[in-house]
Amino acid sequence: MARISAGITCSHVPAIGAAIDLGKTQEPYWAPLFAGFEFSKQWMAAHTPDVVFLVYNDHATAFSLDVIPTFAIGCAPEFAPADEGWGARPVPVVRGAPELAAHIAGSVIESDFDLTIVNKMDVDHGLTVPLSLMFGQPKSWPCLVIPFAVNVVQYPPPSGNRCYQLGKAIRRAIDSFDQDLNVQIWGTGGMSHQLQGPRAGLINKEFDSRFLDGMVKDPEALARIPREQYLREAGSEGIELVMWLIMRGALEGPVREVHRFYHVPASNTAVGHLIVEPLSAGASP
Amino acid sequence: MKTYGDIPGTTVFDAEQSRKGYHLNMFCMSLMKPANRERFKAGERAYLDEWPMTAEQKQAVIVRDYNRMISLGGNIYFLAKIFATDGRSFQYAAALMTGMSQEDYARMMLGGGRAYEANKPKEGV
Repeated sequence: MARISAGITCSHVPAIGAAIDLGKTQEPYWAPLFAGFEFSKQWMAAHTPDVVFLVYNDHATAFSLDVIPTFAIGCAPEFAPADEGWGARPVPVVRGAPELAAHIAGSVIESDFDLTIVNKMDVDHGLTVPLSLMFGQPKSWPCLVIPFAVNVVQYPPPSGNRCYQLGKAIRRAIDSFDQDLNVQIWGTGGMSHQLQGPRAGLINKEFDSRFLDGMVKDPEALARIPREQYLREAGSEGIELVMWLIMRGALEGPVREVHRFYHVPASNTAVGHLIVEPLSAGASP
Repeated sequence: MKTYGDIPGTTVFDAEQSRKGYHLNMFCMSLMKPANRERFKAGERAYLDEWPMTAEQKQAVIVRDYNRMISLGGNIYFLAKIFATDGRSFQYAAALMTGMSQEDYARMMLGGGRAYEANKPKEGV
């Protein structure tokens, strides 16, 4: 049977992708950020999964204002890195896991979470920057990826609680897939940041710190944070953090914190990163 | 009633803003294609006139007034296509919207960003 072996959270700032692509990771501005992911890359080399279920948001790339799905699961065999207006990132094509994705879609929809199924979609920095941070610059990505796009662009996005409960349904779906697959679930985006208006540049380290703690120890409390509190305290774009709760819902129960990293700034954003493992990992079902 | 209208310096891109800004944002989306970026650069006014946007929206684009574009329904991820076409970064645009020089803005971010406390909305509104 398939099983979830670990959960990862990671910001997905486009400037991080540009720094990697342009060979600037050792420059003084960027070096401290990439240092925080050195451990992660080593850990990942020893724990490469078969499939990453990657929760992210599209930034007006695959989805314009013509169609705005709240939750969209990518079921295609592959997904091309998108041209977001300055040329596509020079990263490998993302290979999907269509059978598992279709199984999850069916199971989750039967659990009353009405997903949009996407069979053709380019993926933007929201998906490819976390892959670069965790895997570096390989010729091809070392695992399959199921893209799972969440609307956090047009308000209201799904609530934190809805995301958390959805994570639980995704976990049940993966647990019931009849192939022996090692699956990781990643929640990306955040942490506090605001990209628009006179309040742009907002960072709230205290909020972020509490959120990182809560992801490990008390996700139920995080799931109760109302949407408006994210807008007010974590900035208008900080509401991306609801996506982390999909990951945490899928790891339901106590987790072991393997790695934590927090850094300000990457361009306009506070970068947060966690690797957690379910305490039940390794135990036979 | 909206309860999130009192957040200082922040326009929440909700269904109402999205409706107002539909054509503005879809114009931005068109700049994803290199050929459209070239046509836009060759004649901004003519290119904008192909879109059923309001005169105010077009003018805000011409003068690159991002705060104005946001108040007229623009969303920052769509507007990003304009400053990408101009060869500008998110940090450039963010600095512009705050009224700071890019240098001062970058320094603020390196110093930990804009502190939340100073921007708290008033209680009891």
